[in-house]
Amino acid sequence: MLQYFLKRLLSLGLSLVAASVVIFLALEVVPGDPAAYMLGVNAQEDTLNALREQLGLNGTILQRYLSWAGGLLVGDFGTSYTYRTPVSELIGERLWVSLPLALYALTLSTLIAFPAGIWAASRRGSYADAGVMGVTQLGVAIPNFWFAMLMVLVFAINLRWFSAGGFPGWEDGFFAGMKALTLPAIALALPQASILTRVMRSSLLDTLGEDFIRSARAKGLTRGQAMWRHALRNALIPVLTIMGLQFSFLLAGAIIIENVFFLPGLGRLVFQAISSRDLIVVESVVMLLVFAVIVVNFAVDLAYALVDPRLRRRR
Amino acid sequence: MRLKLFGNGLISALALAASIGIAEAKTDIIVAMQLEPPHLDPTSAAAGAIDSVLYSNVFEGLTRFGPDGSVNPGLAKSWTISEDGKTYTFNLHDGVKFHDGTDMTAEDVKFSLDRARGDDSANAQKALFAGIESVEVIDPVTVKVTLSEANSNFLFNMAWGDAVIVAPETIADIKTNPVGTGAFKFSDWVQGDKIDLEKNPDYWGTPAQLDNVTFKFISDPTAAFAAVMAEDVNAFVGFPAPENLPQFEADPRFQVLVGSTEGETILAMNNKLEPFDNIKVREAVAHAIDRQAIIDGAMFGYGTPIGTHFAPHNPDYVDLTGLSQYDPERSKALLAEAGFPDGFETTLKLPPPSYARRGGEIIASQLRAVGIETEITNLEWAQWLEQVFRGKDYGLTIVSHTEPMDIGIYARPDYYFQYDNPAFQELFAAITSENDPEKRSELLKQAEEMIAKDYVNAYLFQLAFPTVADARIKGLWKNQPTQATDLTAVVWED
Repeated sequence: MLQYFLKRLLSLGLSLVAASVVIFLALEVVPGDPAAYMLGVNAQEDTLNALREQLGLNGTILQRYLSWAGGLLVGDFGTSYTYRTPVSELIGERLWVSLPLALYALTLSTLIAFPAGIWAASRRGSYADAGVMGVTQLGVAIPNFWFAMLMVLVFAINLRWFSAGGFPGWEDGFFAGMKALTLPAIALALPQASILTRVMRSSLLDTLGEDFIRSARAKGLTRGQAMWRHALRNALIPVLTIMGLQFSFLLAGAIIIENVFFLPGLGRLVFQAISSRDLIVVESVVMLLVFAVIVVNFAVDLAYALVDPRLRRRR
Repeated sequence: MRLKLFGNGLISALALAASIGIAEAKTDIIVAMQLEPPHLDPTSAAAGAIDSVLYSNVFEGLTRFGPDGSVNPGLAKSWTISEDGKTYTFNLHDGVKFHDGTDMTAEDVKFSLDRARGDDSANAQKALFAGIESVEVIDPVTVKVTLSEANSNFLFNMAWGDAVIVAPETIADIKTNPVGTGAFKFSDWVQGDKIDLEKNPDYWGTPAQLDNVTFKFISDPTAAFAAVMAEDVNAFVGFPAPENLPQFEADPRFQVLVGSTEGETILAMNNKLEPFDNIKVREAVAHAIDRQAIIDGAMFGYGTPIGTHFAPHNPDYVDLTGLSQYDPERSKALLAEAGFPDGFETTLKLPPPSYARRGGEIIASQLRAVGIETEITNLEWAQWLEQVFRGKDYGLTIVSHTEPMDIGIYARPDYYFQYDNPAFQELFAAITSENDPEKRSELLKQAEEMIAKDYVNAYLFQLAFPTVADARIKGLWKNQPTQATDLTAVVWED
């Protein structure tokens, strides 16, 4: 188990270094000068130079990479070009929206997908199964931003149950915050839940066809008992993989939903930073997301080992 | 007996409720806009969003723009101008305090102007201060500014958001904690979401009627529509979805104000690039454009056609749209005369705003009708600045010039459309040094005519500025003489 753990940890470290180089170089070649963007069309050459000097944009690529990457190691993300506040503060504030939103959406999607997937698998071929498959097909096909707009139309504009968007901040209380995140979380969860339901169902069906289930049935377990005691745990591996991928996606991929509900989350921060060439913010947020993806994958790898003891012994 | 008591209680409760209803007019407002300021220092960035939040609300200059674009006294209550037009002596209001409690004096004025024109200045409009030779403090409420040559625009320049008066001790934090002299003071900024202002109880002038102001930033047009419809916000200035305006107009809960801006939207031509170095080609492009079709198609009918680079609401505006009327036949004839009977190919580079992206498609098809093929490239602002504005690597581009009174850009031969006409440069120098209003007006009209007759660019329309607000709100600015959301006179009415 320890060897498995260490090997995973080493690959985690190497992935991070490689990612930081790629991210930095990719953004270096993006055309557009942050100083020119900030000062606009009437800026004079000397003013632009003064600002570039202030922003530390006049060094060589290597110098700038090292100062950025070196800062990251000690938790210093640098200072945003446009906002002029530490990037770590900006990210910190946004995480308080994005992280709860991602968790909320993932929870919803799991709460829907697990029962639905198990129910469909245990009634394979029935109308219930066909119904679940049909609904999830629709869930995968509907674009989530369109669904989000529809919900705003119904619940915010017509029924007035929710506000059309925005986030009051957690200082207004837990429930006010959760209420503001509810519609966005549903919009995000719907396609994820549909995918997860289908994965859960097919994975469970695969496992139910295995020899050890037949043995379990042969020794006298009912179909339900065999499923709950033996099949479910074995069917979880692909489900966990998908959930890991979904969490990273929810954290980073909520840009459109954040725009529809004007939430001050990470996605919108990156979106604004890219158009204003606030490269240091883009680099740091992307790096953070890479870090999150890699760590989530690491956690998923460990979870495999817990679910499936055979993996612990594998070289 | 019990019943009677209950009755009395009910009546007094009703009376109380009624009196509260009358006494308590709403004193807070949530105003939404599309763009969030990158930071809160109007003196070191071009971002109009900074002024949209802070101009006149938090920061004030020596002079200030009125809702009609007139230049009015601000922190300076009066001034005298010397015979030769080079010396301005400003008399400041007495007892003006910054929001941190310190006095605003002539020293602060000197500091602010010297900072803006200094060597390490990051002021995006540094040219406004270029003519200042010296700033002298005469006494705490008198300051003398000496110019190197007479400049009839000086008082106008001092009204810009880039020329507001700041306190030296607050500069270090100004980007996150702006301290000004205005009727509102800054209270909180949740980045990515909102900025809160509160009433300044010690304001030197007419106090604001509102106690609390929240600016919310909603960039997505669909979200903007939903937020107004759900009454999450009380007003949306610069409403980004013109296609929805008729719906708000029909709804008694809302009022729609469609104002004018200083934004001359033009199809800019690279005057030094073949074939646009030929005036006949430029004239042909101008005649190929159907302005009304662009206004209807790209702006849903909002916008005023223009024939030169000047705001139509300005008293000195001359309507020159007749010089470049939509006439495809004439356009083809001119192209043939210029040696392009079969037309030519060029690039059309479009920045992000919808006037450019949507307008660009329409213009491309109008140009195709006379034989000019365009290759459309969509650019982000940062790319546009680099390729088009600084690199001058383009044939055609569409952009709205939102700075007030910016006809002077035609006197700069290195400006991105590269119009180099010594006659215009002389004329503009004469305008700048002319202090007599009538003569100046005459010269301005000549300047408008000169660029229209040289077909420097194809002039499309003046950008409209729609505001959707709760019908009970009074005192909002309709027009945008500068980018501002002046809330000092806003009040809720029943």
